[in-house]
Amino acid sequence: MSTLEIKDLHVSIDTEQGTKEILKGVSLTIRTGETHAIMGPNGSGKSTLASTIAGHPRYNVTSGTITLDGEDVLAMTVDERARAGLFLAMQYPVEVPGVSMTNFLRTAKTAIDGEAPKLRTWTKDVKAAMAQLRIDADFTQRNVNEGFSGGEKKRVEILQLELFKPKFAILDETDSGLDVDALKVVSEGVNRAHAEGNMGTLLITHYTRILRYIKPEFVHVFVDGQVVEEGGPELADRLEEEGYDRYATGAGAATIAAASAAAQA
Amino acid sequence: MTDITTEKARIGAPSQPFINGFTEEGESLSPVNAAASKSPLAGEAVKRHSHGGGVGIPDSSRAGRLTSYKLADFKPLTGMEEDWRFTPLKRLRGLHTEVLNGAAPTVSVTAPDSVTVETVGRDDRRIGSAAIPEDRVSANAWENFTEATVITVPAEVQVDGEVSVLLTGQGTGASAQHVVIIAEKFSKSVVVLDHQGTAVVAENIEILVEDGAQLTVISLQEWNDDAVHASSQQARLGRDAKFKHIVVSLGGDLVRVTPSARFTGPGAEVELFGLYFADAGQHLEQRLFVDHSVANCKSNVLYKGALQGRNAHTVWVGDVLIRKEAEGTDTYEANRNLVLTDGARADSVPNLEIETGLIAGAGHASATGRFDDQHLFYLMARGIPEEVARRLVVRGFLNEIIQQIKVPAIEERLTAAVERELAATNH
Repeated sequence: MSTLEIKDLHVSIDTEQGTKEILKGVSLTIRTGETHAIMGPNGSGKSTLASTIAGHPRYNVTSGTITLDGEDVLAMTVDERARAGLFLAMQYPVEVPGVSMTNFLRTAKTAIDGEAPKLRTWTKDVKAAMAQLRIDADFTQRNVNEGFSGGEKKRVEILQLELFKPKFAILDETDSGLDVDALKVVSEGVNRAHAEGNMGTLLITHYTRILRYIKPEFVHVFVDGQVVEEGGPELADRLEEEGYDRYATGAGAATIAAASAAAQA
Repeated sequence: MTDITTEKARIGAPSQPFINGFTEEGESLSPVNAAASKSPLAGEAVKRHSHGGGVGIPDSSRAGRLTSYKLADFKPLTGMEEDWRFTPLKRLRGLHTEVLNGAAPTVSVTAPDSVTVETVGRDDRRIGSAAIPEDRVSANAWENFTEATVITVPAEVQVDGEVSVLLTGQGTGASAQHVVIIAEKFSKSVVVLDHQGTAVVAENIEILVEDGAQLTVISLQEWNDDAVHASSQQARLGRDAKFKHIVVSLGGDLVRVTPSARFTGPGAEVELFGLYFADAGQHLEQRLFVDHSVANCKSNVLYKGALQGRNAHTVWVGDVLIRKEAEGTDTYEANRNLVLTDGARADSVPNLEIETGLIAGAGHASATGRFDDQHLFYLMARGIPEEVARRLVVRGFLNEIIQQIKVPAIEERLTAAVERELAATNH
C-alpha cells in the first residue's frame, strides 16, 4: 500500500508578463487501489498539477509538499520520480528522433526496475500488451512517437503504463482527441493495470465520457487553481448534466465558497 | 523529430506536391542545360553558357562548374563563390593560397597480398584517370603533390578483409596528397582511408571502379583538433559497377570533403553515406555531386550529422544532376541533422537538377531537428537518466550510418568515438 500526498501546493510559471500563479493551494491524497478523477474547465490548472508531480522544469513550486510514502518527491529529479513509481501519461507525448520504440521501452524498463528485463519474457510481454491495445507490431521498429497519430500516441502511453507498472499513474487528458473505439481500448488498458491491485490512478479530464469506462471513487472539481468541490462518482454525473457553468466566475465567488464549504463539510 | 526545415519532393509520384521551381519535367530548366552535355572528364569539361565563365554562378547548372588540372585556371577565392560560401577561408591555413610544399601525411597501407600498392611519381599514366579538380584547393593539391599512392585491386579478385590506408599528419605545413584507388573489372574490395594526427592538407583521391567491380571506400577523418583538411574524392564508375562511399568526419578544425560519382556506363549503382559530429568551433563540410550522365543508373545518398557546442558548424550540399541522356535514372538524396545544443549551426542544401522526365525516380529531402528539453523530459519521465537519454538519441540517430560500414572493428571504433564526443559536454 502506497500513498501519494499533495499538501497545500502552490505552483507558478514564468511568463513574459511576469510570474503567474496557477495552483493556489491544492491538497489531495491518493492511495493504492484508488481512482481519483480531477475535472475542470480549460485553464483551471489540471494539467499543471500533472506536470508538477512529474517534475516538468517549467513549473515552480512556491510552497507546499508532494510526498510518496513520506519521501519528498519535490526533491527528486524527473527520472528519480519515475523510478520511485510515478508515471505521467502525457497529454502531448513527445516525438523522439533516432530512438526506436524497442530500444526506448527496454531502456526505460531497465532504468525503472534497476535491472534489465529478461529478454524472452520481455519481448513476449511487449507483444501481448501491444496486441491488447491494438498497436501494430511494426511500431516497435519506429522511432518513439515519430509520425504517430494522436490516438496512436495515447495508446503508446498506456502501453508504457502497462509495462512499467508504476505505483501511481497520472493520466493527463488521455481521453482528449480519441474516438470512441480508441477511448475504449485505452480505458481497458488503464483498467487492466489498475486491476493488478498495486496502482493508484489520478485521472485528469475535461470531459465526463471517459468516466463511463474508468470508474473513479473520488471526483475533484478544479477551478482557478483550486479544488472547489469534491465528492463521489455522482459528482461526475452532475457535471455531465450541468457542465462547469455553475462554477463560472460570473456565478459569483459565493457559489465557489459555498461549494468549498460543502466539500469540507 | 521537431523539424525546423523540411523539404521533400518525389518526382514521378504526382500525388505529392512539387516544390517551388519544379514542374513535372523537373526543376525549371535554364537554357544552359539545353546544350548537349559532354562526357564529364573529356576535354571540354566546362560547359559553355551565356555567362561566359564557368565558375560559381549561383543557380547555374552544376555541370557548368569549371574543371581543370591547372591551378591558374581557378581565380583566387573570395568566399563569395557558390561552392565556398559556407567555408571560413581564413581557417584554410593557406590551402587555397600557398604553395603546398609542407610534409604530406605519411601513407601506410596494410593490404592482403592480392592487392598491389605502389608509390609513383607525377608522370604515372594512372594519375588523372578518374578525377579532375573542380575547385582551386583541389587544383592546388594537383599542382603540388610530389608522389602518389596507387592501390590496385586486380581484375576478378575478391579481397578478404579490408585494405587499410593510414594517413598520418606530419604537422601544420600546408601540404598536398594524392591517392589513386583502382578496382579492376569484377573485383570486390573495401578500402579504408584513415586520417589521423595533425595536418594541413589538400587531398585528391581518385577512385576508378571498372566494369562490374564492387568497391567500398570509407574515409575516416579522426584528425587532431588543429587539423585542416580539404579532400576531393572523385569516383568514376564503369558499366554495372557498384560503389559505396562512406565519409565519417569527427576530428579536425576544418574538414571539407567533396565526394563525387560519375557514371560512364549503364547499370551502375552508387551509395554515398556520411556521418559527422561537430563540436564547439568545428567546421565540418561535405559537398557531394552525383552526375547521372548515362542511362539506367542508380544513386542513393544519406548523410547524417550531429552538432553540439558554440559555433559548431556543419555544411551539407548535395548536388544531383540527371542529364538529358540519363533516362531510367533512379536517385534519392537525404540529409538529416540533429542539433544538440544552442549555438550550433547546420546548413543543408539538397540540389536536384533534372533534364529529362524519363526517369524511374528522383527525390531529395533535408531535415534539421533539435534534441531539446522536451525530448529530455519525456525520456527522463520514463526513468531514464539525463546522460543515458542524450546518448540514446544520438547513438540511435547516427547508428544508421555506422551500420553501413560492415567492418566490425571500425564500427566499434566509431561507436566508441561517438560516445566520446557525447561525453565531452561542452554546452
